[in-house]
Amino acid sequence: MSAICEVPGGNIAVAETPMLRWVLAYADDALILGHRLSEWCSRAPSMEEDMALANLGLDLLGQARFLYSHAATLENAAQPALERSEDDYAYRRDAPQFRNALLVEQPNGDFAATMVRHMLYASFADLYWRASLAVSDPAIAAFAARSEKEIAYHERHAADWVIRLGDGTAESRRRAQSALDGLLAFADELFETEADQLPLMAAGAIIDPARLRDAYRHRIEQICARATLSLAWPRWHQSGGRQGRHGEHLGHLLAELQFLPRAYPGASW
Amino acid sequence: MYAQALDQTDTRPAQGDDPARLAAFQARIDAEQKIEPNHWMPEAYRRTLIRQIAQHAHSEIIGMQPEGNWITRAPSLRRKVALLAKVQDECGHGLYLYAAAETLGVSRAALVDQLLAGTAKYSSIFNYPTLSWADIGAIGWLVDGAAIMNQIPLCRCSYGPYARAMIRVCKEESFHQRQGYEIICSLAGGTPEQRAMAQDALNRWWWPCLMMFGPPDTESQHSDQSTRWKIKRFSNDELRQTFIDATVPQAHRLGLTLPDPDLHLDQATGHWRYGAIDWAEFRAVLRGEGPCNRDRLARRNAAHAEGEWVREAASAYAAKQNQRKAA
Repeated sequence: MSAICEVPGGNIAVAETPMLRWVLAYADDALILGHRLSEWCSRAPSMEEDMALANLGLDLLGQARFLYSHAATLENAAQPALERSEDDYAYRRDAPQFRNALLVEQPNGDFAATMVRHMLYASFADLYWRASLAVSDPAIAAFAARSEKEIAYHERHAADWVIRLGDGTAESRRRAQSALDGLLAFADELFETEADQLPLMAAGAIIDPARLRDAYRHRIEQICARATLSLAWPRWHQSGGRQGRHGEHLGHLLAELQFLPRAYPGASW
Repeated sequence: MYAQALDQTDTRPAQGDDPARLAAFQARIDAEQKIEPNHWMPEAYRRTLIRQIAQHAHSEIIGMQPEGNWITRAPSLRRKVALLAKVQDECGHGLYLYAAAETLGVSRAALVDQLLAGTAKYSSIFNYPTLSWADIGAIGWLVDGAAIMNQIPLCRCSYGPYARAMIRVCKEESFHQRQGYEIICSLAGGTPEQRAMAQDALNRWWWPCLMMFGPPDTESQHSDQSTRWKIKRFSNDELRQTFIDATVPQAHRLGLTLPDPDLHLDQATGHWRYGAIDWAEFRAVLRGEGPCNRDRLARRNAAHAEGEWVREAASAYAAKQNQRKAA
């Protein structure tokens, strides 16, 4: 695709290289999940948890900004006339251009669903960014160093809640089990490898998530055991987000997120 | 963030306070020394502070809603992060203030119950809706600006835990105020539509912000005792005038018009003189008849009710852990 067809304020046409697709996938994960967490603001089960959910959301939005800025650097290096900024990626792409995994766009549901979703994401992200500390791309290694510290806390917070809810009351256990049963089918997509990224992985520029799947399953199994929740890995998993095939929820999320720049094209805020 | 001068001195008669202790208490205050939780204090002082600090805490918690309304629609990632962090600060202020109130011997749960039941007051300003992105700028610039005028003097309040809490709260508020003014600056210097958005927000928020300082001094019944106790340092009208004098030039610098045809500079005093405030509207909002009173309380009640099973689970889990440790 060429940038020539871009209309001011309309969708951008990203010239996707394998590296750019990779950057956008993880940036989109962080933006969409951060946005979801921000939806909890003033609605959390306690004031302390309102603060905590905002913290988690802020970390993720900060990560998204770092990666979108990196994407802009990559695109601008190839085509300086584009003058891409972080906001172009967040506000000027439609759902099929988003590369996030389906897990993160799932609605918040109740607090159990939010915490199970967060455990499933953060356990992956913790492993992934820790493994990425030693990649050869210095920008990504720097990002991994920062994110790993943040995400380690996310995993602990989410796992603590899943354990509390699973081993709490009959009602909290029922809700946590129901959330786990519903969301587990979205976990495996996080480990999919895109064929055109294999050379980058072989060169050590980025990490192949597939190699982390066993460690991930072990972690989730340990948390669920402590939470006294029963866990059965599904034989089939949901997939498509990394290719831009999303569920029905993402379009609504983006309609809200992108409303102002779409309604007032060309304005700066 | 948003203490409101609601003239809340406790007027119930002091019951048998020992005159010698009262005199020592007042001497301590007159000497600008802090009253601490373990000091003797008159019951009316305690009740006045509990009510004021609780109203302040409730305002922070309810105040999360109007601004939270735009977090998911913030127009850039930078604005989104700043707004989420700001609303999170407000929650933090609420927690901090409930903790300060608890040093006076009341539980947070009891205070929250009063808020949920609708028997406690919070700042009238949060019963107005946020209708456009410019409202986020206007709240930071005007509402936080007005709050700071109220709150800076509270950093010298005679009650130590409240005064110390306010030092931190004011630092964050002052950051919020500048953030809000920066949003308005961007809009005022933006497209004609953005400029209109900023003007509309100013038109809607100006008068309710002036009401935040509470009724005029001529109607203010109970300030004397609070002033003697050094809880209140300036009158409602004094603070209102300071706010107006600071804010009018800021609006003019941006080319915005204040929605008051009577506003004019009094050359002799250097003060901006303003038109009549609609106190009937203020009283209606305080009575629960503002545009959003019902929504704000309903949301807080819903969050509390929907979180009950989570809080129960946390308690049940903690109890099980204690049992396991004991076994």
